[in-house]
Amino acid sequence: MAETSTTSVTARLWHPVARYGDMVRLWVRAELSYPASFAMLVVGSMLINALDFAGIAIMFSSIDSLGGFGLREIALLYGATGVGIGIADTLIGSVERIGEFIRTGRLDQMLTKPVPLLVQVCSDRFTLRRLGRITQASVVMAWALPIVDWTPSRVLVALLMVVSSSALFFGLFVLFSCVQFWTSDASEFANAFTYGGNTLTQYPLTVFPRELAIALTVVLPIAFVNWYPCLYLLGRPDPFGFPEWLQFCSPLAAALVVAAALLVWRTGVRRYTSTGS
Amino acid sequence: MPLIDVSGLERTFVVRRRAGFMRRTRSEVRAVHDLTFSVETGEMVGYIGPNGAGKSTTIKMLTGILVPTAGSLRVAGLDPSRQRTELAQRIGVVFGQRTTLWWDLPLRDSFELLRKIYRIPDARYRENLDRFVELLDLGDQLDTPVRQLSLGQRMRGDITAALLHDPEILYLDEPTIGLDVVSKGRLREFLRALNAERSTTLLLTTHDLQDIEALCDRVIVIDHGTSVYDGSLAGLHAQGGSSRTLVVDLVDEGPPIDVPGARVKKVEGPRQWLSFPTEASAAPVVAAVAASYDVADLSIQEPDIEDVIRDLYSRGA
Repeated sequence: MAETSTTSVTARLWHPVARYGDMVRLWVRAELSYPASFAMLVVGSMLINALDFAGIAIMFSSIDSLGGFGLREIALLYGATGVGIGIADTLIGSVERIGEFIRTGRLDQMLTKPVPLLVQVCSDRFTLRRLGRITQASVVMAWALPIVDWTPSRVLVALLMVVSSSALFFGLFVLFSCVQFWTSDASEFANAFTYGGNTLTQYPLTVFPRELAIALTVVLPIAFVNWYPCLYLLGRPDPFGFPEWLQFCSPLAAALVVAAALLVWRTGVRRYTSTGS
Repeated sequence: MPLIDVSGLERTFVVRRRAGFMRRTRSEVRAVHDLTFSVETGEMVGYIGPNGAGKSTTIKMLTGILVPTAGSLRVAGLDPSRQRTELAQRIGVVFGQRTTLWWDLPLRDSFELLRKIYRIPDARYRENLDRFVELLDLGDQLDTPVRQLSLGQRMRGDITAALLHDPEILYLDEPTIGLDVVSKGRLREFLRALNAERSTTLLLTTHDLQDIEALCDRVIVIDHGTSVYDGSLAGLHAQGGSSRTLVVDLVDEGPPIDVPGARVKKVEGPRQWLSFPTEASAAPVVAAVAASYDVADLSIQEPDIEDVIRDLYSRGA
């Protein structure tokens, strides 16, 4: 009995992931069937994003540090949050368009398919166009890596940071897109938190007031995307004097945000099926 | 146990209306009320009614998209809203005015995606695809992006999409809307064959009563959220107390024709419309008219099912 229930739990978890993979592969294949336009899209976004970091670098020709952090340290922060949001933005597919799906009846279509709705929405129109963003952020981060005094535990924290920041941004995208279950034309609402959070975390939190740092830890926990793990990687004491164990809490914060997102998503879907609007 | 079993089904919606600045009134609208019917495997049922009668709401509840407010509902032994994904594997749904296909992808890729979604075994998938593509004549369109397909081609694509996984039940919501006569005919032919070969159960909502006449042995008429007729098409004619019409073109204008067994409904110049009961023979009426009047031309109109249904609605209201 115990054995059958474990198999079914594994199957229940595995099935959606496998379907996601199946569908994503088809979308990527379709996207790559126009290789020239795909390459132009990726290179174009890489160039635009390169300018983005160039802005910060130019600022450093007249200053030596920002909030007590040097350019390469900021590059580490910038890279970590950029890779995270880039991966998350890729993984969410059409989540931001859920309101449009409700209005056009596409959601009804999806509800008649034997795959969980979130899996269908996240794989819908899956695109690798964010590859440019991810590449640019990775390059910036790679440039910063030599300043870290690497130890096995720092390698582990760095890897967990990338996974957690992707998961955390993924959770935020889903969480705030769920607002559209209640007001179906609020697709921009999520961006304030996701891209807004991304922009905030491109800078050391020391440039902001202490209250904001607290809010970004406790309320909207995007400080865990890069700030806390980077403090550990750089061997810096917490400038606000917050406890050091926070520096290891990114996976936990990501798990909480994703769990909250899934819960709200479920509530949203249930609301939709019970009100029909 | 019937394949579809609906009993005392209810669905109310809460409607909020703006009533002045920042004020809203809240009212309840009953979309489906005390609806009861059942459908056996292999039946082809026409589900008809005026706009807003509750047809779409019923279909949404049958497919699990919408949770009923009250009543009991079983489809293929499952509770649709609780076991929606399980049920999805066993039903096919075609919403005539919206496509389930992906606009930017070639038809073939949409089908491939559905193969993954339904986990259709390779051999079965290929067999079904080949068959439907041939029957629905879609071979030349397989590599065309869906947005470039004509309405008829897209509809055939949607029907193929709904059938690739061998559903036991096929829901069709206005499947022939906007199609030309030839496409309609082909589609009906296809659905009949599907039902004959695979005993696929069909539930069809439509405004096109020819769809019903061509496909359905049984009709459920719904109005104000509840069933007002459930039975054969012939029975519907009888129930409506409908009449046949004899259209008479006289040589000259004249007073209303007076013959036994028929009465004049309308006069327009030399043309007059006489109605007589459906079950009566036309021959004596025609003979009587021809004997007493100078007739230029005659024709008989069979009762229009739309009239019959309109009668039902007006009586139900």
